[in-house]
Formats: sequence, structure tokens, C-alpha cells
Amino acid sequence: MTTVSPAHNDNRGELGYARELIAFRIGEQEFCVDIMSVREIRGWTPATPLPHSPSYVIGVINLRGAVLPIVDLAARLGFPRTEPTARSVIIVVRVEQQLFGLLVDAVSDILTITDEALQPTPDLASDLAKTFVRGVMAIEGRMISLIATDNVLPQFQAVA
Amino acid sequence: MDAMAEIRQTFFEECAEQLADLEAGLLAIENGEADSDTVNAVFRAVHSIKGGAGAFCLDDLVHFAHVFETTLDEMRSGRLDTSDKVIKIMLRSSDALADLVTVARDGGTADAERNATLIDELKGLVALAKGEEPPAPSAGAGAPAADGPTYDDGMGDLDFTPVAVDLSDLMGVGGDNTFKIEFKPNPRMYAKANDAIRVLRDLYELGEVKVTCNTGEVPLLTAIDPEGAYLSFSVELSTAESESKVREVFEFVEFDCDLSVEEVAPEMGEMDLDGVDPDIADILSRIKASDDDEAPSAVSDEPEEEEVEEAEPEAPVAKAEPEPVAEAPKAPPAPAKPAAPAPAPAPSAPKGEAQDAKGASGSPAQTIRVDLERVDRLIDLVGELVIHQVMLSQRAYQAGLARASDVAVGFDELEQLTREIQDSVMAIRAQPVKSVFQRLPRLVREVADISGKQVRLVTEGEWTEVDKTVIERLADPLTHMIRNAIDHGLEKPEKRLEVGKAEEGVVRVAAMHRSGRIVIEISDDGAGINRKKVKEIASDKGLIPADANLSDEEIDNLIFMPGFSTASEISSLSGRGVGMDVVKRSIQALGGRVSISSKPGKGSTFTMSLPLTLAVLDGMIVSVGDQTVVVPLTAIIETLQPKSSEVKSFGGDARLIQVRDAFLPLVDVARELGYSYEPSNATGGVAILVEAENGARSALLVDAIQGQRQVVIKSLEANYGRVPGIAAATILGDGRVALILDVDAVVATSRVEGNFFNQAAE
Repeated sequence: MTTVSPAHNDNRGELGYARELIAFRIGEQEFCVDIMSVREIRGWTPATPLPHSPSYVIGVINLRGAVLPIVDLAARLGFPRTEPTARSVIIVVRVEQQLFGLLVDAVSDILTITDEALQPTPDLASDLAKTFVRGVMAIEGRMISLIATDNVLPQFQAVA
Repeated sequence: MDAMAEIRQTFFEECAEQLADLEAGLLAIENGEADSDTVNAVFRAVHSIKGGAGAFCLDDLVHFAHVFETTLDEMRSGRLDTSDKVIKIMLRSSDALADLVTVARDGGTADAERNATLIDELKGLVALAKGEEPPAPSAGAGAPAADGPTYDDGMGDLDFTPVAVDLSDLMGVGGDNTFKIEFKPNPRMYAKANDAIRVLRDLYELGEVKVTCNTGEVPLLTAIDPEGAYLSFSVELSTAESESKVREVFEFVEFDCDLSVEEVAPEMGEMDLDGVDPDIADILSRIKASDDDEAPSAVSDEPEEEEVEEAEPEAPVAKAEPEPVAEAPKAPPAPAKPAAPAPAPAPSAPKGEAQDAKGASGSPAQTIRVDLERVDRLIDLVGELVIHQVMLSQRAYQAGLARASDVAVGFDELEQLTREIQDSVMAIRAQPVKSVFQRLPRLVREVADISGKQVRLVTEGEWTEVDKTVIERLADPLTHMIRNAIDHGLEKPEKRLEVGKAEEGVVRVAAMHRSGRIVIEISDDGAGINRKKVKEIASDKGLIPADANLSDEEIDNLIFMPGFSTASEISSLSGRGVGMDVVKRSIQALGGRVSISSKPGKGSTFTMSLPLTLAVLDGMIVSVGDQTVVVPLTAIIETLQPKSSEVKSFGGDARLIQVRDAFLPLVDVARELGYSYEPSNATGGVAILVEAENGARSALLVDAIQGQRQVVIKSLEANYGRVPGIAAATILGDGRVALILDVDAVVATSRVEGNFFNQAAE
């Protein structure tokens, strides 16, 4: 169920499979992504909408000369769309060769957890949630879901 | 990439250069410039390929290159003339060599039969040069057997009668030969990390060797150039091998030494070591003793002297009498790398020589190889710099900076500088179109062969520079157009003679810069377009109404229509009906245009005009809803402000606009892009008249025109994917991303009403 980037385990033998995660908020819920996939975190800048794109793709912004698509993670997970504010945050992640941004409400924490702390996604979760949630964990009484970034962008091969 | 793969890649890169030099040289010889420099350059090109290939154990390549080289050597020594027949074989051999290099690089199989035929032909030339009868086919060293029909092909040209021949000269026969070899290394040889001892050791493998070292030229130590070469060697070799085998030993150092190999009667007097300097005698005995690479010792004084020089530059005399032999094993300048002396030590050496040889006449500027990614990154960064510079000055003025202040002047200068940097960086990617033009002679030869026509290719303006991205995508349309010119344009030789033209047709390819674009003209002196036939075919195929009244120009342009092909018989070259329309489309995809002019009986000229770079684009910046969109200028014909009387409703949401006498579809860009669900008010906006690739005109309705600007093209696909209706993105002066409209897609999809819209929802 869990995959761990190998580079991450090397010098943490005594902790077993430990990894660092960046936790963030969308509305009242907390999520996290593997810190290894995060390239940078930046403030919200207005995006240029892309025609004929899925509703969760807000548009593209200029990231130092590269065109960066921004995904409204809330909408992607099936929650109501986020209304971006000046305090919204874009988490720039890399999946293979592609860079894209995740729009979230706020970054809350950096967590170090072991794999034992990660529980499988509960069965009652919707299919959509299951596609993106790798597992859940309890940290100080809060529930935090681990997001897999692989499938967040729309799949173009299938369409075009 | 590991080191070996890297060297391999370098080898293939150099091969490409050598092959280009080879072909260019041969063509120069064909044009009568058979001076010794050119012949030498050609020889050296083949030689270097062979040397490098040997290091990578590319046996087929080595074998072919070797035969080729042997033939070229005859030409170099003046024994083989440079007649057309000879050069034709050479040119075909250079094509075959290029194929072998490609096979070696990418895998696959070479045309063994053709190569075998060529090898025989080359050997025939050697024999011819030596005044012998040509050798029997495929008798050469390990050449794949080729006989019968394949053989006839090449021999027909040459009028050869295959006759068995004594190949002792090539192959070597049993029995003892004695050679007297004078071998005097030049400093250059050592500079390339070759070493006399290795050469001499190789001689030992061939047979019995006696070496005399001539120390007569060694100057006093104070006068010694540490990197000089003062020793020469007289070798007496008694071997069962042939002279060519002996010369092979020297092949990597051949150009860097004075060498003479003479066959002498075996009973020539023996030479002893008594009279030789004891140190040298010691070295020589060590040479004999060392059978493997374990003790690569230096046979000459140079390495030791180098050591001395490094250790004690001020007082070389202090070490005037070191024990060179004792030091020798530690001193080899290049650690054992026996297999690859040619490519590894001095990748640029052969080229450098070639330049020297060509002398002052137009020696190319120095170049470096840079990863394209690095250049692209630099272009990205400079683009950002420009944007930030604009933003910074805009904000400064907004904050109340006076236009006349020193800071404002500084901003102006900064802007100037950044623009200059941008231009210079763009220029890095510019390359002469030569790299594409170089491939043409071969293409012309092949097409001419197949179509049975005689063609002379004339190229002009091959140093015209254009962006690398354009060059890469130039080759295909150009290839197609030249094929077309030969296959359809030129007449057969008999027909040409009939109408009083020279038997040989001329295809001219010229590149030039014209008003910020590159223009390439492909012209032939053939029959011109047969307008009657073209029109017939077009109406037969239903492309035009049978009674259409077309101007000459319109008829000429019919050949660009999809599904048009004039070839009455379908040849393997062109005439599959995917010809010129594909060419036109691929040129338009590059933001270019293509046109044709033709004079009956005189020939046709195709002119294609392309932007100098694909990295920037001239665009019209327009407002669509609250978004900014860029429309490529190449597509735009004119802009106009629609009056309500000119806009006609045409069923459903579709609207037409009357432009003079024509009614054109009015495409509502905001709706097409999904920026607005309501039809835009036509009279409040601007209509942009555009021409799609198929020549159809439409009008794009936008809200306002902001201006015209050159924009840097950014890929949307790198991080996202293809977006229908959008060609690419760019970054505007305010730092925001603007989308570049794909005019054809927007116009095309607007016709499939509704369909496009539904796609927008997930």
C-alpha cells in the first residue's frame, strides 16, 4: 500500500521507514504530501485560465519563465472549489518531469512519521478520494490524509 | 552516461563532421578543385573515421573505411586521376560510409551487397592506379562475397572485366620480406600522447626487428625543447607480412612523423647494437623484453625531459644527467590506453589540421559544443530578466519616479542592455543552414539515380543563419520539395535534348535573409507546371468545379491542395498524393509560407519563407473577455471594426460578417475559449481577418486590440498538455501568462458548433 522514496530511508535506520511530510489545510481538513516531491511553496498570484480544461485546473501562472499549471486540490478531491485569497498558498510539486502547483488554504506543519503511523485509506472513502489518498494518520488527535500527487493532473494521453 | 558512452558519442559527433568534410571535399574535387589540400582533407576524414572506429571495434566500418582510404591514398599520390567516374564511386562510397556510421550508432544492418560492390569497385580503382588489372570481385580481405547481378551494377559504369589478380600487395603472402623503415616522430606525435615505443613494439609482433636509434640530432641539454622530438629510428624488419600490413602499424602516427618504408632484399646486412649509445641500447632491450602493457616506458627522451622541466624549471642543468631509463616507467605522459590513441587524446586534432591545411582562406571561427538544454535555460532566464526589468521600471514610474531623473535614465540603459543580451542569447542558437544543405547532394544523387535523370545541384547562401529549432524542421519539407523538383520538375535527358536544353538539369537551392525572415528558394530549369494537366486533374478529383475559371497563379497553387498528385505513374519517390500539401502544412506549422511561380518550359521556383526562430513569435495582443490573448501575426490579413449592418445572423448562434463582397464566418473567440457563455456584442469589438492553413478566411471577434509585440513562446505541454484552440503560452510584460491562439483549431472547431463547448466540462 505504501511506497516510500528510497533516497529517504538511508540514514534513518533506527526509525524504520521514516519520512518527512508537508501538512496543509483545505477548509477544515488536513492533508499532507511527501516533502521529497515538493519543489517550493509560494504565495497566490492570479492565474490565466485555460480553455476547455477540467474545472479543478484553475489556470497557469508564470514560475520564473516556466508555465505552471495550478490545480485546485479541494475541487480535485471533490470538495467545493477554493476561492483563492491573498493568504492562499501554492505548493509546487514535481511528478516525473512535470511541475505543477497545488492551491491550498495554508501550510500548517512539517511532520516526520514512520510508516507504521500510516493507516490504509478507510473503505468508506469515495472512489475519488481513494484515487488520491494514500493513507491516513493520526497526529495529536488530528486526522491527516497523505495525498499521492501522481494522478492529480488530468491524463492527456487518454484524451488526446 | 559513463565515460565510454561519452567518448562513443563524441566519436559519432566527429564522424558526422568528418563525413560532411568528406562529401564537401569530394564535391569540390568533382568541381575541379583537386588540389592536394582538398585531397588530403578527404583522405584525412576517412582516415580519422577508420581510426576512431577501430577503437570501438566497429569492424565493418573499419574494413570499408580501410579500402576507401587505400583508394584515396592512390588519389593523394597522384596515381589515380579525379575523373567523373572515380568521383562518382567515391561519392557513393561516402554515402555507404555514412550509412555504416549510422548503423554503428543506431543499430540495424547496412546494405552489405552494395558495400561489397563498392569495395570491389574501390579496389578496382586501386588496381587501375597501379597499372594492374582490376582484381577479381570480392577477393579482398574478408569482403563479403558478391557476385553476379550485384556486381554488374557497378561494373557497368567502369567497363571492367573481372580478372583474377595477384593480391600479394594487399593481402601479404607467405615468405620473408625485409623492410627498411625510417621513422622520425614529430613533436606533434608525442603531443597527441602517441609513443614511439608502442609503434616499435607493434613492429616486433610482425616479425624479427632490429632497431637503431639515431641520436645525432639530440641537441645540448640547454638547447633542448622539453616538448621537442629529436630521436629517429631505423628499423629493419623481417616479416611474413606485406608492406601494407607494416604501414598499418604506423597508421595512427602517420601524419605526425617522417616515415619511409622500403622493401629490401632479405640478405641485407644485419645491424648490431654495439655502436649505439648504451642507454639507448638498454631501452631497446627493454622494448624487446616488455611484451605487455605493464611497463609502458618511454623510448624517447622527451617525457623525461618534460619531467625535469616540471620539477625544476629554473635549473634544468642541475639534472643534466639523470638516469633516464630508471625514471622512464613513471614518466609516460599518457597512461596505457593502447586501443584508442586516435579519438581520445585530441578530438579536435584532425579538424585543426584540416584548417591548417586549408590555410588562411576562410578558416572557420573557433567553436565550442554546448548542451542545447543549457542554452534553452539561458534563454528562459534572459526572458525572465526582460520581464522583470519591464516590471521594475513600470512600478518605479507608478511610485512617482520622474521621467527625467537619473534613475529613469538608468532604467533606460538597463532596458537597452537586457534587449541586447536577449538578442545575443538568441544568436547562440542560430546556425547556418549549411547543416541541412549538406544532406542535399546525396539526396539529389539518389533521386537522380532512381528517376534516371541527370541533375546538378547548386546551393547558395548556405551560411545564412537561422534558429536551430527551425533548422531541424526544415529538412523534411526541403527534402520533399527537391524530390519534387527532380521527379516532376525536370524532364528526362532525352526530352531535354529535344527542347534544346542541356542534358543535365539544374536544381538550385538558395537561402537568404529577407525582412527578418529566412527565405529559401528551390528552383529547377525543367518544364514548368503543366497548367492544363493540373487543372484537369484537379477537376477530375473534384477539387475544383470543372468549369472553374482560374488564373495561372491559382492553378499553380492547386498542387498544394490535399489529395492532389500530378504523377501519372506513381514512383517510389513522390506521387503518393501526400506531397505538396504536407509540405505546405509543415511549413505553415513553423509559421512560414510557401509560394510557387512557374514559367512553362523554363522551370518552377518554390519559395518558402520562415521565421528566423521558433522561440519568439510576432503576435497581436488582444483582449478577450478579461483575458489577454496573442494572435500570431502570420495568420492575420487585416483588422476591422464591424458595423451592425455588416454582421448577419446565420442560423443558431452562427454569424457571418460581410467584408467587401465576401461573407466570412465570424468566430467569437471568447465563446470558443469558454471565457464567456453569451455571444459577444460584435459591434463593440474588433474583427480580425485571418487565413487558415487551407486558405479559408474567417474573422475572429475579439474585444479590443492592445498592440503588436514579439513574444517568447513557452510550451504548455511541458508541464500540462495540449489545450485545444491554444498553440502555446507566453509571458507578458506584467509577468502574467497569456495564451497564444491556435487560429486554425479555433476556426475549425467553431464550425462543429456546440461540440467544442461540451468538451469544456470535465
